[in-house]
Amino acid sequence: MKLFREEFPSKKQAVERLRLVLVHDRAQVSTGLLELLREEIITAISKYVDIDEEELEIELNATESKAELVANIPVVRVRRPLE
Amino acid sequence: MAGRVIVVTSGKGGVGKTTTVANIGTGLALRHKKVVMIDADIGLRNLDVVMGLENRIVYDLVDVAEKTCRSVSKALIKDKRLSNLFLLPAAQTRNKDALTPEQMIAIVDELKDDFDYILIDCPAGIEGGFQNAVAAASEAIVITTPEISAVRDADRIIGLLQEKEIYDPVLVLNRLRPEMVRKGDMMDVDDINDILAIKLLGIVPDDEEIIISTNKGEPAVLNAHSKAGEAFRNVVRRMEGEEVPFMSVDGEPGLFGRFLKILQGK
Ligand SMILES: Nc1ncnc2c1ncn2[C@@H]1O[C@H](COP(=O)(O)OP(=O)(O)OP(=O)(O)O)[C@@H](O)[C@H]1O
Ligand SMILES: [Mg+2]
Repeated sequence: MKLFREEFPSKKQAVERLRLVLVHDRAQVSTGLLELLREEIITAISKYVDIDEEELEIELNATESKAELVANIPVVRVRRPLE
Repeated sequence: MAGRVIVVTSGKGGVGKTTTVANIGTGLALRHKKVVMIDADIGLRNLDVVMGLENRIVYDLVDVAEKTCRSVSKALIKDKRLSNLFLLPAAQTRNKDALTPEQMIAIVDELKDDFDYILIDCPAGIEGGFQNAVAAASEAIVITTPEISAVRDADRIIGLLQEKEIYDPVLVLNRLRPEMVRKGDMMDVDDINDILAIKLLGIVPDDEEIIISTNKGEPAVLNAHSKAGEAFRNVVRRMEGEEVPFMSVDGEPGLFGRFLKILQGK
């Protein structure tokens, strides 16, 4: 019994469960943020290339150990560089 | 000079917001700061009893908002012990819709120039009451206990504070039980710091003296022998810009540690 307690102190479980649950909580909160980001990316990129706004995808992928922002932006046409 | 407007909030209920406001309010006043504590928990007024001021209330926050009383200062209750400490009580028989964020901002604006600190005791939750309490604040103290649910809610609150443009909230970890931390059965301050990643303002131990002091209506910060009181005195010093080392999370040093302290003349 003693050995068991020392190897699996309940606080370790608490920390692990908390980390997991917060990854989900935070990802949900950030959907609003992603919308804003999407708008701004469209504005920024459209200055240089024509993109397919409808097909543009941005995702926040969060796992326990890392989080990444993945964007898929179909390019319709590259603009001629301005002289 | 405009005073600092600080909201004390948590998300989860019952983690120690009101206790913290009473103690740091009193602690700041002990240091000769002019302080007003606003109880924004409309319908569930508590700060008055924690301060032992429940018999002196005439007007409340909603009366001020609705201009039933002529000015904010008419509604302020002076503390029993400290002449530079004031309470603006919540209304007890109204509900949370009785106040708007705009009214809260107007009330705080009226007080700002007369006080060094305006401390706002936020209700639990993230709805209207929270929005009111946060509206006028430019700083925030987030309270949590070392439990999953409280820390999770604190995380949510930190996000919501950001939306209100309060970007640097600070954390008070309340009701820490050193003996449980030592056994590995309670998250300790490092675990919580890692997760929430905001600046630590204080660690307050779980302390029976808090209950005793609430019974008496005398904040523990006034009691030289209370450990929680000591922790709150440290919180106050940090708020005032002093560098104060954090209490040993392991609690009391053992016999040997005490012996060592005596030898070192501490
Ligand atoms: N450090 C502590 N040690 C022991 N008891 C404590 C401590 N801090 C708070 N308490 C007790 O916990 C209870 C809740 O505290 P408090 O009323 O301050 O919480 P709150 O966050 O304001 O609650 P609410 O969300 O209902 O407004 C009270 O009974 C109080 O005495
Ligand atoms: Mg309270």
